[in-house]
Amino acid sequence: MTTIQFTGRARRLGDDVNTDYIISSTRKRDTLDERELARYLLETVDPAFAASVRPGDILVAGRNFGCGSAMEVAATVILAAGIRAVVAASFARTFYRNAINNGLVPVECDTSEVRDGDCLVIRIGEEDAAVTNERTGHLTSALPLPTFVREILEAGGLVPFLRRGGW
Amino acid sequence: MKTASERILSAKSGRDARAGDVVVCEPDLVLGTDASAPMAIDYFERMGGERVRNPSRVLFALDHYAPPSTAKTAAFHDRVRRFAAHTGIELCEVGAGISHQIAVERRLARPGDLVIGADSHTVTIGAIGAFATGVGSSDIAAAMFTGKVWLRVPQTIQVTVTGERPPHVAAKDVALTLVAELGPEGANYHALEFHGEALGALSLDERLVIANLAVEAGAKAAIFPDESVDAGAGARHTRRMEIDLTRARPVVALPHAPDNVVPLERAAGTPIQMVFLGTCTGGRASDFRTALEVLERGGGRIAPGVQLVVTPASREVQLELLADGTLAKLTAMGAVITTPGCGACCGTSGMIPGDGMNVLSTANRNFKARMGNATASIYLASPEACAAAALSGRIPDPADL
Repeated sequence: MTTIQFTGRARRLGDDVNTDYIISSTRKRDTLDERELARYLLETVDPAFAASVRPGDILVAGRNFGCGSAMEVAATVILAAGIRAVVAASFARTFYRNAINNGLVPVECDTSEVRDGDCLVIRIGEEDAAVTNERTGHLTSALPLPTFVREILEAGGLVPFLRRGGW
Repeated sequence: MKTASERILSAKSGRDARAGDVVVCEPDLVLGTDASAPMAIDYFERMGGERVRNPSRVLFALDHYAPPSTAKTAAFHDRVRRFAAHTGIELCEVGAGISHQIAVERRLARPGDLVIGADSHTVTIGAIGAFATGVGSSDIAAAMFTGKVWLRVPQTIQVTVTGERPPHVAAKDVALTLVAELGPEGANYHALEFHGEALGALSLDERLVIANLAVEAGAKAAIFPDESVDAGAGARHTRRMEIDLTRARPVVALPHAPDNVVPLERAAGTPIQMVFLGTCTGGRASDFRTALEVLERGGGRIAPGVQLVVTPASREVQLELLADGTLAKLTAMGAVITTPGCGACCGTSGMIPGDGMNVLSTANRNFKARMGNATASIYLASPEACAAAALSGRIPDPADL
């Protein structure tokens, strides 16, 4: 297995960001096209958020990111906005599996020192994982991903994983 | 000794599954909805799927957009209908009800079964002793493509239920109190297993409410194990907690989180403009009968300026309430009866509160904008408290119940 690595600008969010806040059910009623929905990413938290996202940004949240509804569009809309990884102090389990299944990298570690705009380097090895904050120089170790989960992530999600004959 | 989750997931994976393991299981029942199945169909096609491996184990319910309010949601329905007809999957049409309610009513899941559903409230089915968990659309697609799902075997929190409930304390009060005690992620990655002498006094409807709300504490499953999977106190639980029903009180969840729970009296007097009776938490026949009793006892007059919205969880519930006259009486009082399904709960169909409105609801979630209006404030309480609010236009004091 290879090392997964990302560098990007931190976009800071708080605790308990639920999937309705990530993308409102009302928006989902109109379309399932993620690129269209990405215009409304996190609008309940901050209406100006979506327009300020740059491809390569990293979402950084507190505890229990993605709680509430299991709707998968909450993961795909983040990817459609050009975000490839979410770093959070913890994830709600349904969001976590939806992220894995779509190739969005969930990184679980202490995020209390991360500020909006910090430059983060995420590195996920086979046995370990860590996030380095270039502003503070601090390296925070993250929860390593189980091999089973890494295999799906490395394939790019459940679709390519199963197409290649997984399970 | 294994926990109920370990026993069920061992049986369904053919492995000696222990908490923390990731296993590939064969689910007995796979549930999709109009909010999740369209995406599942996309994933299935992208996987290269043509034939659904186990169509008799899959059920789709058109419950979130019931009825569709736009041509676009109607198109989602058509897509799901065509796919179901083509693959031999049973489709529950608009008006049939909420997927997990239908699964329980029709006994599609049995104790010891593994149920996955692309709806977080699939956990509700744990009330009958199944391991039932919410997943995403891609998991439903994978289950249709391979007959399998990947699951991490959860640790278990054993919840012992003791004591006797005081009058005017509903299962909803007990469940909200449990969510508040655990916190919004207190049961994340964990299964709750309920035991104890007091369980015998809880009806199936009441167990469904408790299992349903467990996901608001992040629980992966909430199981009321039957003897086939119940290891009782001998199993290796991560944590134990006790619910003493004797101490339970009427409560209310304040905006904007279901764990933001306070004693009902703390919110008493708050003006209410909409009362919502329904959903997979509070939309069963017993809930509406309780509400009707409160309304009749109070003179049957809905307070001026209050909209009362009534949404049965399923057609079966609707038929029961038609047969015993409950719906006729509620209609005569001025209630708006809407199509069985998720209704106004998540802003996808039905009544949307106006700007700045306060809503008292029997539902399970009160996130900001949940019902389709970010300026509305949603409070959660029992059917009894909700009905009392419809009479007075205010959140009631427990003394008024």
